[in-house]
Amino acid sequence: MKTISNAAGREVVNEINGEKVIPYKGVGKYSPEGKKHAPSIPSCVDYPSDGNKVVKDLRSALEKAGLRDGMTISTHHHFRNGDFLANQVFDIAKEMGVKGLRWFPSASFPCHEHLIQYLQDGTIQRIEGSMNGPLGRFASEGNMEGTGVLRSHGGRYQAIQDGEVKVDIAVIGAPAADQFGNANGLAGDSACGLLGFALADSEYADRVIVVTDNPVDFPCIPWQIQGNHVDFVVHLEKLGDPSQIISGTTQITKSPDRLLLAELTAKFCQAAGIIRDGFSFQSGAGGTSLAVGEYFRKIMKEEGIRARFARGGSNKYLVSMLEEGLVDYILDGQTFDLEGVRSMAENPSHVWTSPFTSYNYHGKGNFAQFIDVVILGATEVDLEFNANVVTHSDGYLLHGIGGWQNCLFSKTVILPIPLFRDRVPVVRDRVTTLCGPGELIDVVVTERGIAINPKRSDLIELTKNSGLPIKTMEELKAEADRICGTPEPARVSDKVVAAIKWVDGTVIDVVRQVTPFS
Amino acid sequence: MKETAITGNLGDRIRSDCQVKLHITDKGGITITLKSKVDRMFGAQIRQQAQEVLEALGVSHAQLEIDDAGALPFVIGARIEAAVKQLGASDKSWIPPVIEQNRYETTRDRFRFSRLYLPGNSPSMMLNAGIHQPDGIILDLEDSVAPPKKAEARLLVRNALCQVDFYGAEHMVRINQLPAGLEDLDEVVPHHVHLVLLPKCEHGSQVKEVAERIRTILKAHKQLRRVYLMPIIESCLGVENAFEIAAADPSVVAMAIGLEDYTADLGVRRTERGEESLYARTRLVNACKAAGIQPIDSVYSDVANMDGLRKNVETSRALGFEGMGCIHPRQVAVIQEAFTPTREEIEKATRIVEAFEEAEARGSGVVALGSKMIDPPVVKRAQKTLDLALKLKS
Repeated sequence: MKTISNAAGREVVNEINGEKVIPYKGVGKYSPEGKKHAPSIPSCVDYPSDGNKVVKDLRSALEKAGLRDGMTISTHHHFRNGDFLANQVFDIAKEMGVKGLRWFPSASFPCHEHLIQYLQDGTIQRIEGSMNGPLGRFASEGNMEGTGVLRSHGGRYQAIQDGEVKVDIAVIGAPAADQFGNANGLAGDSACGLLGFALADSEYADRVIVVTDNPVDFPCIPWQIQGNHVDFVVHLEKLGDPSQIISGTTQITKSPDRLLLAELTAKFCQAAGIIRDGFSFQSGAGGTSLAVGEYFRKIMKEEGIRARFARGGSNKYLVSMLEEGLVDYILDGQTFDLEGVRSMAENPSHVWTSPFTSYNYHGKGNFAQFIDVVILGATEVDLEFNANVVTHSDGYLLHGIGGWQNCLFSKTVILPIPLFRDRVPVVRDRVTTLCGPGELIDVVVTERGIAINPKRSDLIELTKNSGLPIKTMEELKAEADRICGTPEPARVSDKVVAAIKWVDGTVIDVVRQVTPFS
Repeated sequence: MKETAITGNLGDRIRSDCQVKLHITDKGGITITLKSKVDRMFGAQIRQQAQEVLEALGVSHAQLEIDDAGALPFVIGARIEAAVKQLGASDKSWIPPVIEQNRYETTRDRFRFSRLYLPGNSPSMMLNAGIHQPDGIILDLEDSVAPPKKAEARLLVRNALCQVDFYGAEHMVRINQLPAGLEDLDEVVPHHVHLVLLPKCEHGSQVKEVAERIRTILKAHKQLRRVYLMPIIESCLGVENAFEIAAADPSVVAMAIGLEDYTADLGVRRTERGEESLYARTRLVNACKAAGIQPIDSVYSDVANMDGLRKNVETSRALGFEGMGCIHPRQVAVIQEAFTPTREEIEKATRIVEAFEEAEARGSGVVALGSKMIDPPVVKRAQKTLDLALKLKS
């Protein structure tokens, strides 16, 4: 396949799955032309006059929606590893003998390993979405018929809005829904908080199916998904496994090394003057990120500081900061525990958001841009501060992008990461897969030192007498290499198994097939 | 001779370690079977290292299986060497080079506020120990290592002393009780150990025996360094002999108390308030001060209870202890903080010393602060606080 070098110096392709794509041109260098995509105009004539869109089961809904070969089917990950819905959709597709589908999930989880059989028998031609665990392995080894495409949450919204991905049928799992299709994530056994990841699909897909295990009478309030976008409503016994919907990740780490990372991160923010009255922050749901939040809380309490808003992933820790008055608002992208769900249902200052408001790069601004500090992870970083979040150093796909790329536009981006994991150094000469350009990454905090991007001379100046272990990225890399040795680069073939999209829809890098290894 | 030697650790929760199975044969050269989670990145390097280690040990025919969970080279080397030695197939060693960062010496009177215990056969805990900045790191060969693992732990600890950057902490090794502890000394003393902890010490003669052995080893290796000693008192007899032990040899710089074993010996339960061990602790402090060495308190074992730890250290400090053991990295900061003079303490000490100097300048023997008369011992204590603060600052 013909490759071209993009603006980040990565060898990428200009055609994926038979469609032309634009190679990455640089941060802020590509602006689209044309109009947003629009679905066809519906008419009330074609919908039940009593507003009751309930059909007898999921298969009927998919048949009525016209499921056929080659369609694009979207599902969403608000049920995380407890999702029962996506697997059922493709079980039905298989029963119906439909082939060549594009699965367009907002993310996939290990529970979707079930779908590998449909990738093998041709029911599903490819996945455009994150591929974790078994799916990542399957795709990395070149077993998927089509080429995968990974997008950020904002990039997914952008792709739908711009018409890059035309969703034929969106299947939206809803913890509460009425017969008209109004739906939210706040109540019921499958409560997950909000349905923001499904917003774009509800607005732009040709057919929208809302599936609920908790039917309520009209009106379902609040309507996070508006029934006016919905074609069919399906009642299902169980949408998911509640114990897995609320994932087990929302515990603060007990690892002393990770706690140290979190403490260093918070101290850095304090020294740099980032933690000040009216500031805003976003910290993820991983154990280290949660611990950063707790150190923030400590500093804020000691110094009498209030944050104007925090962007979630919300969880019990963030909720308690809201309730203690340390944070004025939570602008939430997904709730990670039942405390988050409760707070969102009760507290008007705990607000649900979507990739449209928070992340979409082809919008008139988004919230992620004006957050003061965001704490993110990475599998690798390199000497140019570029970072990788999707592949392991051996070339295997193992994570999705999530909102990670979108958050890089905040005012200060900090990656607290260990210098090495087991024997694998995290600081590399060049990241295995480029997901975020170094010019947007400001600080890398490791347990053995903090590297500040030379572009951020202000941060360098502010923290130079802080007593924090400030080092150069070269020093960090030398230390990692001394400890671990230098790993051999990932062994890959020329075959592209997945493309990594930048927030503007251009191709920032590709993932190649991992070659068999004896 | 055993058929197959097995060394190292393997399991779901084991990281940065490997399990080695070795079978020595008469012919056929060396075959290496490697299963590793980092095979794609380090497989070739691991195989090459295994080959080198076996060669260095003089093994030319063997079947070697390595099941690796991301072990660093110093671990892999120690595991292979331990397997070879388990089979009695070599008296040679494969010792990794000493990293430059670890070539430092420590002084008799350096601070020993916090010292972090690490199990001597668990490599994953060693790698990041230094980043928590304890004053000392104890690689433990005694209670935290199961008897069948003692021999391999010794080699692992030796290699860790050469290769793991402890970021300026004092390198300490807790050896086994004598006589097994003497073998530990042979293996670790030549490799940048700063201090040896001698557990369950009851007599000055034990200290002398260890000190003598260390001097012999250092001499044999033509090393002019000093290796300090910290006996640990863990029995009623030890407590009664505290001063004799503290003063047994000039290399003794500190003495610690181990309260789990001591309370067992007393036949009582160890309590949070520690009244049962008050006698032992004050006795130990007194013996240490009389001998001019640092008294070090026992570890606090509830790692989740930071408030309890804080109270415990405050009591220790009030009794005269100058340090405490840690069994979890998160305890380090709490202990360091508690032994560091507070700003109020420093300010008060400064006022006292200033008042004393003023009085001296006036030629007056009477020192007063406000309406309060100040005795010479108070001045002496204030001076100690300031010295401590100054030393900590530098």
